[in-house]
Amino acid sequence: MNNENNYIQGLFGGLKTLCIGLKTTMREFFTKKITEQYPENRGELQMFDRFRGSLTMPHNANNEHKCIACGLCQMACPNDTITVTSEFYEDEEGKKKKRLASYVYNLGSCMFCQLCVRACPHGAITFDQSFENAVFDRAKLVKTLNQPGSRVEEKKIVKKAPAAPAQPAAPAANA
Amino acid sequence: MFNFNIVSSWIHGLLTGVMPEWAAILIESIVVALVIITLYAIFAILLIYMERKICAFFQCRLGPMRVGPYGTIQVLSDVLKMMTKEVINLRQTDHFLHNMAPFLVVTASMVTFACLPWNAGAQIIDFNVGVFFFLAISSLGVVGILLAGWSSNNKYSLIGAMRSGAQIISYELSIGMTMLTMICLTGTMSFSEICAQQATEGWNIFRGHLPAVIAFLIYLVAGNAECNRGPFDLPESESELTAGYHTEYSGMHFGYYYLAEYLNLFICAGMASTIFLGGWAPLHIAGLDGFNMVMDYIPGAVWFIGKTFFVVFLLMWLRWTFPRLRIDQILSLEWKYLVPISMINLILMALIVSFGLHF
Repeated sequence: MNNENNYIQGLFGGLKTLCIGLKTTMREFFTKKITEQYPENRGELQMFDRFRGSLTMPHNANNEHKCIACGLCQMACPNDTITVTSEFYEDEEGKKKKRLASYVYNLGSCMFCQLCVRACPHGAITFDQSFENAVFDRAKLVKTLNQPGSRVEEKKIVKKAPAAPAQPAAPAANA
Repeated sequence: MFNFNIVSSWIHGLLTGVMPEWAAILIESIVVALVIITLYAIFAILLIYMERKICAFFQCRLGPMRVGPYGTIQVLSDVLKMMTKEVINLRQTDHFLHNMAPFLVVTASMVTFACLPWNAGAQIIDFNVGVFFFLAISSLGVVGILLAGWSSNNKYSLIGAMRSGAQIISYELSIGMTMLTMICLTGTMSFSEICAQQATEGWNIFRGHLPAVIAFLIYLVAGNAECNRGPFDLPESESELTAGYHTEYSGMHFGYYYLAEYLNLFICAGMASTIFLGGWAPLHIAGLDGFNMVMDYIPGAVWFIGKTFFVVFLLMWLRWTFPRLRIDQILSLEWKYLVPISMINLILMALIVSFGLHF
């Protein structure tokens, strides 16, 4: 008797799962198609957000970027794609400080692994959605990402609270 | 409804007026054969385009879009490519059988193609045991497939051909059984009478209600298997056997298999629409005389082709939904499920007919 039950249940269970499959494909039949008609829709084509086109360093309206020239991205890069050059300067108070001189990115040897973006502690670099990267000369693939005359975005100086005695309680709580 | 007999008898009268009857019949036969071959090619092109588009849509793609508007000329250019390619004769193969096999397959499918009732009075092969003739001729194709596998001198082709043989011969049973079920209802085996009956009394799938619907579903499954398509495309399983029985074929010889595959799909769908959905019979709803009048104005050929393409769509939907089965699963589906169910269904239909429970 058990075998017969299995047979009947298997039959109807099978039919049910087949119907689920048919329903799924029928829904897919009417969904918007994913294919892009590329050269024709070049004007309005939007790549998806997570697409890794080429590395960029966003600058704000005052021509300021966030890179502090720490070189972590350069160390994270498996292909030696990034060359960060830094220089020292003296600020108004006479302190020696390090700042970014040039950020050179070679698109030709980039494998778009995004390890540099992950390594950056300040979120200074990111991948954009551009994909028309073909050029006739390999030298054109070497790009300097920091714009001429740009400087690092100053951190808003948070004045230390005068109520210093209240502070020691916090590390104790953290510990 | 417009009866095509008027046209054919007018042509016959015209021809016999100027020449002896044997010559007239000879000329008519040649013309009909040419018409059939042309239709065969046209439908193959339509079906291949339809398959590509439907497959793409089920996979969230657009399918061919570049060659011609919406890719309409894509298939034509593929046909041209196929016809201009070289037919390669391989050294170790059995040349005679190797060259004959595609013609057997394509002949079987062309003769079955001629069995379809296109319109009232427009059947080409039609006699009192039409269903038997159809079953007999359609299983001729398997000989071609087996010969192709054998003569290729290639173990993968032979495995594909043997699988195809096992599969087609098994599923032939279900097809025969479902057809018997419907013959039980109609009481005739001639396709023209089956259609004419459905034009007056309603489509078989409605007349025979429950057993007819079960038979229709079984027919769809078995038909898909018979065409070596869908979840049953084991004979040409691309991943394991490269292309199964037609691995060693090239050029137009491969093209014949390609043609026959798609036309077998059309024939299978056409038979489903003839036997279950009324063939050229228009949709009539009892009581709605105005509606029925309008439906009568649509020509029978349009009805037939429309229904056939509807069934083709169903079969393609099945094909692009389900993953492929293993050979033992295919055979157990047939012998453990479809055959017993269609036997019980046949008894059910016999009871319903003998007690007059059908419409």
